Amino acid sequence: MVDSAGDAPPATQVDLRREFDEVGIGEVLDQLDRELIGLKPVKTRIREIASLLLIERIRKRMDLASGNPTLHMSFTGNPGTGKTTVALRIASILHKLGFVRRGQVVSVTRDELVGQYIGHTAPKTKEILKKAMGGVLFIDEAYYLHRPDNERDYGQEAIEILLQVMESQREDLVVILAGYGDRMDKFFGSNPGFRSRIAHHIDFPDYADDELLAISELMLGDMNYKFSADARAAFVRYIALRKTQPLFSNARSIRNALDRMRLRQANRLVADLDRVLSVDDIMSLEASDVLASRVFSNGSGG
Amino acid sequence: MRITQGCFSFLPDLTDEQISKQVQYCLANGWAVNIEFTDDPHPRNNFWEMWGLPMFDLRDAAGVLMELTECRKVYGDRYIRLSAFDSSHGWESVRLSFIVNRPKEEPGFRLERHEVEGRNIRYTTKSYAVDRPEGQRYGGS
Repeated sequence: MVDSAGDAPPATQVDLRREFDEVGIGEVLDQLDRELIGLKPVKTRIREIASLLLIERIRKRMDLASGNPTLHMSFTGNPGTGKTTVALRIASILHKLGFVRRGQVVSVTRDELVGQYIGHTAPKTKEILKKAMGGVLFIDEAYYLHRPDNERDYGQEAIEILLQVMESQREDLVVILAGYGDRMDKFFGSNPGFRSRIAHHIDFPDYADDELLAISELMLGDMNYKFSADARAAFVRYIALRKTQPLFSNARSIRNALDRMRLRQANRLVADLDRVLSVDDIMSLEASDVLASRVFSNGSGG
Repeated sequence: MRITQGCFSFLPDLTDEQISKQVQYCLANGWAVNIEFTDDPHPRNNFWEMWGLPMFDLRDAAGVLMELTECRKVYGDRYIRLSAFDSSHGWESVRLSFIVNRPKEEPGFRLERHEVEGRNIRYTTKSYAVDRPEGQRYGGS
């Protein structure tokens, strides 16, 4: 990994701070803190992994080889808790530390791994694995790979190939499985080989109300919108109400809600053609845009 | 007789590490790498069998090496080459091709003289290996 250390004698002293800065990992972690709201356990775990990798890097330089750590991970959590977003970040952390060579993320679901007829699955799975080599393979809703009700299901074949590559080409590929908690537990229960090959099981907690509000403001900021004071107060009520309704999927629901508010805001502005708009008018979401949501009339918004 | 076709064929056989670096060079240029094999080493034999499909959209050589290992397991007694196909407009052809696996024994070629009208002679080369049926040419399966 440390090419320049080719035939130099092993280092006896390493300046940790310099090493840390050189890798540029502090920046990635800070960005993680800034851009991802909440998710305490996830961030702690990522910090731990990053520290381990940094130390591992130094150990290698000191000739204290201990083999690459296993980096396969599983992310479990409810819908919209940021599993995919974190997977992208992990890839860039691993890339910065030199544990994956290219740092690309190949995101797949069952459809892309499992074929439709006999003999179709293996080439398909291998094709994906080849594309993911040198980077991260992110398998979303991984539990679909295993269909317990159908023992002839081709998913099992894909699982076997995955397991084999996860074991034999650990230094070429990092596999991240993601899915909803209870179903992933069942999946691991019926595929013990998977569980034992994955070192890091990370659970994504649901967001609290204030975290959801912070997320919504971050999203609005990215889109160059903002809440007026009334609108913010209304949105706090919206979040509390929406959480009690069915099909709530955390940040994803928030994003959908924001998109609908943008629609209503645009509609409100267009309704009155005879006025001059300021930048502020265009940027602000008003309370009426929030309050028009079906959530307040006890309907079921998406 | 060691056959010399494609790039690097006058050099000692490439190690896997060297192959991997060459492949990485191809991928960095956006070429699709293919694995091909044959047991007919005649230089005019342009059409080798393909091992799987051309590998588009790869980022890292490890994927190609994985397939090459598989191919060697099955056809380790034949010639295997990697070719890199450039799909960009104006090229649309193979940019690099080199042998990565060869049989242990390469019996070489003989020169055949064919007497034609007026005692003229036409020459042709024939590989000793192709005297045997396909699949049995290098003592393999």
